Amino acid sequence: MELVDVKEKWANRISTVTIGATAAEGGTRGSTVTVGGETTLPLLTFEGEIPHRPVIAGIVTDVVPDWPDVLKDAIGEVINSPADWAKKCVEEFKVDLISLKLIGADPAGAKRSPAEAAETVKAVLEAVDVPLIFWGCGDEETDSTVLPERSQAARGENCLVGSATETNYRTLGAIGTADKHKVIAEAPVDINIGKQVNILLQDAGFSLEDTVMCQTTAALGYGFDYVYTIFERVRIAGLKGDKLMALPQIANVGWEVWKVKEAIQDDDILPGWGKLAMRGPLWEATSATGYLQAGADILTLAHPQSIALVRNAIDEFMANEGARE
Amino acid sequence: MIFIGERINTGFKDVKQAVLDKDPGPLQSWAKKQTEAGASYLDVNLGAVSSKAADMCWMIETVQQAVDTPVCVDTNKPAILAEAIKACRPGMLINSTTAAAEKLDSMMPIAAEHDASIIGVVMDETGTPKNADKRVENAGAILAKAMELGIEPQRVFLDPIVMPLKFMQEQAKEVLEAVRQFLLFSDPPPHIVCGLSNISSGTTQKKLISRIFLAMAIGSGMDAAICDVMDTELVNAALTAELAMNREIYADSYVRK
Repeated sequence: MELVDVKEKWANRISTVTIGATAAEGGTRGSTVTVGGETTLPLLTFEGEIPHRPVIAGIVTDVVPDWPDVLKDAIGEVINSPADWAKKCVEEFKVDLISLKLIGADPAGAKRSPAEAAETVKAVLEAVDVPLIFWGCGDEETDSTVLPERSQAARGENCLVGSATETNYRTLGAIGTADKHKVIAEAPVDINIGKQVNILLQDAGFSLEDTVMCQTTAALGYGFDYVYTIFERVRIAGLKGDKLMALPQIANVGWEVWKVKEAIQDDDILPGWGKLAMRGPLWEATSATGYLQAGADILTLAHPQSIALVRNAIDEFMANEGARE
Repeated sequence: MIFIGERINTGFKDVKQAVLDKDPGPLQSWAKKQTEAGASYLDVNLGAVSSKAADMCWMIETVQQAVDTPVCVDTNKPAILAEAIKACRPGMLINSTTAAAEKLDSMMPIAAEHDASIIGVVMDETGTPKNADKRVENAGAILAKAMELGIEPQRVFLDPIVMPLKFMQEQAKEVLEAVRQFLLFSDPPPHIVCGLSNISSGTTQKKLISRIFLAMAIGSGMDAAICDVMDTELVNAALTAELAMNREIYADSYVRK
């Protein structure tokens, strides 16, 4: 008996975004990373095209974050030097690119100057030759004044810069255009605002072909199901033909996971939850593989063990290509 | 919403003159303006200006030089279609076949051969249906022919034939009922389209009537229209209706300016 072909055919393709620029392209990266281009739902390699694997970005910060010792110890001494940390991420942890979070400028924290942050960007770019994602500190007012300087420091490197919101999209769009970077469009766990930021960026003259969507949080314990559903709905809308939603998506997993109580408190405080040394990285890896299935194209991760686990998961998921033909 | 720009039609004087003079200017200007306004397809209609396929091909090529938007080849003559379709870039839409056997046998194979989508107007040898049931019956004949030739339902745009409200007031309700029933043919259903301007023919409130009727048709399941895409209020009414049907994701700036 002939089986009915139930494969879904979608009308549209997710846009393709390349991060990084080699010498030939005006940058100094040894290689570039390309995400997007899917014509089917996540990991359904038998149903449509998934021309680019989901990638892992290793988290690096300019000031040591308020992280548990199990994470800081796993990263090691290099955590005090963004350049060395980035190098270790690439050489030992085998990440595809670096996600540099510049928290030092935070007015409630280290209050580092824009010039210092720009130096950090330069140092990381010199230390590694993979593409770079860099984010502001999250304080919008500060970021609007310091992001331009960092952006110029990385001019021509085709970085992915985070993040444009409903209020600062003009600044980010202008930075992206002037210094030839890609931009992250961020919404606070809200699909409608997500679409709105994209419209605003586009109306401000920034191409959505150069934009990656982000839904702020991406951790088990911080509205995992809400964000999962948003990732999924964004992808389905994009595949159905909504060009405002047909964008690659980034899940800032590591940054969010290491704030969740269950991922940072040991079992003397959370009895019965198991040792943190294992629970922390598993929490991060579980969150990441969840978002992988929801439609994340870029995952940021911090712990070397979870990076290894998620890389294996991606290998296995993507190895199925054509297996069910 | 699939908007099909109606303006490149020799029924409009400027386009007619441009075709007679072989002046690409007006056609390309309308192609760009309608594309910027959000048209998914550009209807190209040679009308009665000429019976030469070469003239239709010239119109299509002229439009395609200006924009990437796929064309909707508007002719009921198989001989012209057979030539004109060769001038089209992939992704074209044919406007149209009817449910009459002679039309199905001549137009549908061209759509199949060129991987085109096709509008199926639900009239047959006996003319335009007077009720919803006959419209659905004719739509069934069109879809059956499409399936036979391997054209999947999503490449068929069923047109329930909108009639002038002023002269055939009872027909609007029949059209909306037919649209609702078209949705039941397949999952996902075929596209449902109309030539919108008919509804307001001869009236003094053309824009208002078109706008309200399109919103009601979308509420019944229509997802495409051949219409004046330059009418921002019409387009925004359609986009709003789509939100109400939960077909698009809401964003504050969803309207076109």
